[in-house]
Formats: sequence, structure tokens, C-alpha cells
Amino acid sequence: MNQAHATIRYTTEIREDTGLYNGKLGMWLFLASEVMLFGALFSAYVFLRLSARDGEWPHGLLNIPIGAFNTLVLITSSLTVALSWTSLKMGDFQRYRRFQFVTLGCATAFLGIKSWEYYDKFNHYEVWLEKPVTAKEHPQLAGHSTDPDAPIASIIGHVEGARPFTTLASLEEAGATTVTIHPDKFHYRLSARQQAERRKAERSGEAETARIAAESHEGVSFDVSQIDRLSAFVPRHGTFFANYFTLTGLHALHVIGGILAFAFLLWPGARMWRDDPERYTNRVEVTGLFWHFIDLVWIFLFPILYLL
Amino acid sequence: MTSDSHELGFVRKYIFSVDHKMIGIQYGFTSLTFVFTGLILMLLMRWQIANPGEAVPIVGGLLESLMGEPASEGKISADLYNMFGAMHGTIMIFLGIVPLVFGAFGNYLVPLQVGAPDMAFPKLNMYSYWLYLIGGLIMLASFVVPGGPAQAGWTSYPPLTTIIPTDGQTYWILAMVIIITSSLLGSINIIVTVIQLRAPGLTWMRLPFFVWTEFVTAFLLLLAFPPLEAGSILQLMDRLTGSSFFMPHDLVVSGRPLADLSGGGSPLLWQHLFWFLGHPEVYVLILPAMGIVTEVIANNTRKPVWGYRAMVGSVLAIGFLSMVVWAHHMFMTGMGSRISMFFQTTTTIISIPSVIVMTCLLLSLWGGSIRFTVPMLFAIAFLPMFGVGGLTGIPLAFNSSDTALHDSYYIIGHFHYVVAPGTIFAVFAGIYYWFPKATGRHMNTVLGWVHFWGSLVCMNLIFFPMLVQGLAGMGRRMSDGGYNYSAAHPSNEGVIGALSSTVMHLNTVIAWSVLALMLFQLPFLFNFFYSIFAGRRVESDNPWQATTLEWQTPTPPPHGNFAQDVVVYRDPYAYSLAYALQPSTSGATWSGDGDGEAPDFEAQNQPVSGVESTRSE
Repeated sequence: MNQAHATIRYTTEIREDTGLYNGKLGMWLFLASEVMLFGALFSAYVFLRLSARDGEWPHGLLNIPIGAFNTLVLITSSLTVALSWTSLKMGDFQRYRRFQFVTLGCATAFLGIKSWEYYDKFNHYEVWLEKPVTAKEHPQLAGHSTDPDAPIASIIGHVEGARPFTTLASLEEAGATTVTIHPDKFHYRLSARQQAERRKAERSGEAETARIAAESHEGVSFDVSQIDRLSAFVPRHGTFFANYFTLTGLHALHVIGGILAFAFLLWPGARMWRDDPERYTNRVEVTGLFWHFIDLVWIFLFPILYLL
Repeated sequence: MTSDSHELGFVRKYIFSVDHKMIGIQYGFTSLTFVFTGLILMLLMRWQIANPGEAVPIVGGLLESLMGEPASEGKISADLYNMFGAMHGTIMIFLGIVPLVFGAFGNYLVPLQVGAPDMAFPKLNMYSYWLYLIGGLIMLASFVVPGGPAQAGWTSYPPLTTIIPTDGQTYWILAMVIIITSSLLGSINIIVTVIQLRAPGLTWMRLPFFVWTEFVTAFLLLLAFPPLEAGSILQLMDRLTGSSFFMPHDLVVSGRPLADLSGGGSPLLWQHLFWFLGHPEVYVLILPAMGIVTEVIANNTRKPVWGYRAMVGSVLAIGFLSMVVWAHHMFMTGMGSRISMFFQTTTTIISIPSVIVMTCLLLSLWGGSIRFTVPMLFAIAFLPMFGVGGLTGIPLAFNSSDTALHDSYYIIGHFHYVVAPGTIFAVFAGIYYWFPKATGRHMNTVLGWVHFWGSLVCMNLIFFPMLVQGLAGMGRRMSDGGYNYSAAHPSNEGVIGALSSTVMHLNTVIAWSVLALMLFQLPFLFNFFYSIFAGRRVESDNPWQATTLEWQTPTPPPHGNFAQDVVVYRDPYAYSLAYALQPSTSGATWSGDGDGEAPDFEAQNQPVSGVESTRSE
């Protein structure tokens, strides 16, 4: 096979007028198409967010510190990729290996943290009621509003006996007549300042917040006829989570692809280092380009999903 | 180099081949099969339109056993008609024509024409083909899943696609994602090959025009396809996870609100993502066709193409502009006048470079001593046929006239003129033209004439009546061919504007013409397969006396393509130039393979100072 390939020029050496070898140009072109792919998805995000009804687009449902930490993890991996490539350029294969172990470790950690975030989302529910209720009627919902008379249209918390993709229809099919919800202590529609105040009060052991905590743990039951719709924080929940899971899911697939490529180069593909070190270094460089791109995508994803 | 091809076993050589020529041929056979599948779907649909509600003769029983309920009693129900309509479009465009002009011709010819031994990434090339085949097979498999294949047109507009209760639509999306991935890999390969593997001396302005068209086409595929891939992913999410990317608030279907959906999505979002690909796709279909026609015309007029630089500039302009015209497919959505003004303007501007290319080709005929070979007949016919297709598109560029014409048969006639007697004729020209290089044998000329004249007449009998029907107001998506709106229908008695019997009769004309068109493809099929094994052998490696590099190889080109290193010395179409300098030679006329006569052309790799003809064959 290699003999047939040998006739193709510029696999390793650089063509003078372009300053590139084939693989590098190919990767840049591939990244151009990736820009269009993620660009289209980002555009879809902007399109749907702009056309969302007032108050429909949720804020504060994602864990910002965790997201920020994951950003750091991914940036670290990009750094070690660059360092490992320079090590190869200097001919130090062992150093390259050590840096790539860090890269793979960071990449796996990123996916692990992301999975934990997913798992957390899958087990949170929002339940939309046919008619709004108040915290006065249901003291368990005190965490959802600062004003006990304010109407509460939807409840966030855990639903007894529900699984991530449970819908109202599937609960009814399973024979449920009532739905029991354990509401969250802090509803996301409270402003950040209100949430902070409540956390502070809780830490100081104030009696009122302790009562809220106890009561919200108790759970509140509704007849299925009172419920309009329920969904975990999955794509079905709304266009925000649909975008969140599509974008981060596709990004995670790219991370997995990058891990596989690096692992291939580190183990079965490493033989090439002995036969054709320059070509091997180029492969690491090109895969590194892909990895930096994945990193860049996340640097856009983090603010638009977590912060904005 | 040649010895490599002998070492490879059958599987390596013909099935899992990494040779661009074999992959090109694989693309060719596969995509031609899909084209004929699409043709058969069309024949069935035209039968239904001409004879609504009547059982299909001969194959009705077979249809029922294959498709079940929607084809009960061998009749084509409205549902089945919708399936055939969606699959005809999908198969013809994504599995037929694009892989044919880009996968087959691009793969076979681009490395040869740039003087490269193979594509830049031969293995990747093989993966492209196999991904395409897998995608195509998934698409075909959707015919037999419960509920049938996709039924919402080749454009798959949601929310219709999302609420149709068939897995066929999911198959459609999956197949599309795979096919898109395949063409992405293919386009990267073509671009890198053209940029990196051009032979020494082959500057950009010495590239054959076909390479230019494939180059721009590859960029269109590379940059325009990903948004559709994104759209397909979103639609897949909608179908599989119940998300609402394309499902609006408060959607009511058949009088019932859709439960358990969040809403908040937008059907328009899909249309934007789809047409962002969809319009460049039109140029993916037509640019390589222009390239093929240019090669054939230059060779058969025996003179340089007129305005080569203008053509190159135009094709680049088309490539750029085609990315900013997409919403002219969406005038019917009631977009605001400011947005439609933008897209009307860009759409009319893009007709300028297209007209420049066509004008250059037309002027290239001027004063040439034209050889009316079979490929040349198809290439010449391409000009007026594509002309009709292009000119009938102008009323569609304007919001006001488009609104009246968009959902009528007029638009069907328009884009089929572009693709069928346009692109497909160019494909036939290409097949007849390069067949001797790929096989070492000629195709039969008389059968070629029958094929050409029969196809030309039938194509026009099929598509011109559609323009007439559309102007008369016949809608484009009715499975009864407009019978419900015709004067013949009992409930339309005395209704002004009901479709007249003349307009309705055209349905019958079209149906018979489709049948005739298919029969006229039989000589081609016979000719094709017969000539592979028993056609007249070529007498030289360059039977058409062509200048471009693919003819300066052994026949058929071995693995590695060229017998010696290639260096390019001159422009791609150096025809009749030496003859002009030396009027005493008898090279002015063409006779057969031209043995013993002074050539009237200079191959690209013929040294400029080489009066003593250093060409080695």
C-alpha cells in the first residue's frame, strides 16, 4: 500500500508555493467546514433565542463554576498538545508521551465532568401547571417565590418515580393519577441576588429558611389533570436545553474523536516515529490543529450557554 | 509504477480500491444506477398523473407486493405518490447527479488533468465512496420500513416531516448525514489535489476549465453542506428526543394540539439551513456540467475556448454569489420586502456570470471547424437547453412574479431544464468523450445518434409542456395531476380558470414522452456495456487529438497515471495555433484518429521549443 502512496508528493515535504504539506491543508479545509457546521448551529441558537417569547428563555440553570473549571481543563489540554508537538520537533519522544498523557487525562476529565452535568440535568424536572398556584396554598413552594401571593406557573425539582425521559403521557400510561414533586429550595427565576441572600440566610441557620428547606423536602402532590406538561432538563424541556444538548453533545463527540486520534498516535500509530519521524510529527501537528479547534468551539460555547 | 497495478488482487483493485480512477468508475456505476432508479420513480409518477387512480399496468402487482398498503390494487395512492416524489428528488440530486458530476467525473479526471499520480489522500477517497454507498443503501432501505420512506418532498420541510409517523424520515436524515460527510471528505480531497499536486508548470491560468469548475464546486460542497448537516442533526433531535427546534408554539395537527412538546422552535429555521445548502447545490449540479461541456467544445471546435479568463472569473463569482442567494427559494414565506429586495438583487446579479460563461461557450463555436461527434452533439445541445432553464428562472428571481409561479409546474419545468437536458446532457457528453480513455474502446456512433436525438426530442416534450401547464395555473404537488381543478371535474362546471382539457391532455403527452425517453436510454445502456467489451479499439492514446493532460497517458491510465514526469508548458486549449502559423500543413481537417497528419494541436506537456515533436506515446 505504501508503495502506491509513495508516488504522491508533498505528504511530508512542503510545497514551495503554498508553504504547506497535504495533510495540513486538508485539515484547514476540514476545519473550515467545521466552522460552517458549528456556525450554522450557533446561528440556529441566535435565531431561536431572538424569536423566543418574553421570559421563555431560561437563565441560571447551568452550573457556572463547574463550566468555568471545565473550560480551564480543556485549555490546559490544548497547552499540553502544543508542548508535546514542540517536544517531538526537538526529537524528545518521551517528553511528548508525558505531555500527551496529560492531554488525554484532561480530555477524559472534561468528558467526565460533562457527564456529571448531564446526569444532574437529567434528574431535574420542570412541571408546568394548568393553573398557577401560590406559595400560600402550597408552603413547600416557598423557595420558588419571595412573595407568597405571587402566581407560580411551573415547579422545578425532583419528580417521584420519574426517569430522565418521562413525560406526562408516559406517567399516565404507567397508571399514575397523581404526581409528587420535591421542589428545589431556590427557583432559578429568583434573581442571583435573591438566591445569594437565601443561601446566606440558610447558612446562618435562620428559622424561616430551615422551615422552607424542611417543607420543600416533603414534596407536593398534584392530580395529573392539574398538570399541563412535565419534562426533565432534556431537549424536550425547551429550545434552550435542546440547543444546550445538541451543541455540547456534538462538541463532546468531537472531543471523543480527538481522544481516539491522539490515543491512536500514542500507541498503535507510534511505530511511524521510528520509520518516518517527520511525517509522524506532522500527524501530531494536524491532530493538534483539530484539538485547538475543539477547544475554540468550547470557548464560544461556554459564554453563550452558561453566561449569557 | 505500472507494476503496482498487477500486484493488487481482485478485491484491492476493483472493490476496496484506492486508485482514483477505479473509485471514479465505482462512483459512476453507483450513481448511474441511482439515476435510473429515479427515472423509474418518475415514470410511475407520470403514469399516475396522466391516469389518476388507475392501476399501474404490468408492474402494479409487483408494486403492491413491495410497498404494501399505499399501493393496494397496484394503484398509486396519494401517500405513495408523495413517497415517490420525495425519493425521486432526493435520489436524483443527492445520490445521482452530484456523485456523478463530482464523484465520478471529478475523481477520474481531476488528478489526470492536473498531472498528478492520484488524489492527495487515496484512502480518504475510498472512504468517501463507501460512505456514499452506505448512505445510499440506507436511503433505499427506507422504502421497505413500516410506514414507507420520506414523504415530505426532497426539501423535508418541518413540521410536516416531524409529525409524519414513519421511520422512513429518520432513515432519510441519517442517510443525508452520511452522504454529506462523504461529500465533505471528497471535496477536501479535490481541493488539496488541485492546490498541492498540480504538475510543475501548471499555473492556475493553465488549468483546464473543468478543473476550475470542480475546484469551485468542491468549495461549495465544503462550505454549504455543513449547514444542512447541522439542520439534519437538529431534525434528528426533533424526531428522536422530542425537542422543538422546528416545532412552533401552539401547533395544532388535525384539530389536536401536540402534547408534550415545548414549542418555541421555528419551521423557517429549517428552510434557511436547507436552502443555504440548497442553492449552492444548484451550482454543484451545473458547474461541473459547464466544465465538461467546455472541454468537449474546445476539443471539437479545434480552437481555444473564447474568453478563458472571463470564464474563470465568472465561475469564481458564481461560487461566491451562490452563497448569498438562498432565500429566493423562500419568497413564499412572506418575508419582508427589505430582505426579499436583498435576495432579488443577488439573484439577478448571479445570472450575469452564468451568462458570461454561456456566452463564451457560444462564441467559442464561432468560426470553428466543428466536428459533430456524439459528445459534441450533447455539448452543443446543452447550450440552448441550459439557456431555456436559466432564462425561465429569471421570473422566479423576483418576489412578485415568483409568488404566482412558485407552486406551479412552471418551476418544475424550469429546474428540470437546468438539470435534465442541461446537466445530464453534459454527463452524456462526458461519458461519450472520455469513454475511449477509460476503456481503450470507442462507443458506437450510430447508437449514440439515436440516443442523442431521441433524448433531445423527448426531454423537450416532457419539460416544455410543464412550463405551459404552470403558466395555466396547475399546482406542482397534486397526485391527481390537477384533475380536481380541471374543467372536466364535475364540481368545477362553469368555474372560470379551471384547467382546460388542453392543459390536462399535456399530462398524457408527458407520460408517453417519459416512456419514450426511457426507451431511448436503452441504446445508450447497450452501447455502454457492449463497447466496454467489444467496442472499436482506439488507435492511439489520444483519439480525439486533445491537448489536456489526461490524454497524454497510456490507455487506460495505469496506477500512478503517467508513464513519465509531467511538466506543463502551455495553456489548456492550444488548438490550431501551430496550424495558423504554418498554413501549408494539412492538419486543418480531422479524419479519424489522425494518423500520419500534422497535428493541429499542442498538448499541454509538449515543450514550447519542441519543434522536433518530443511527445512520447
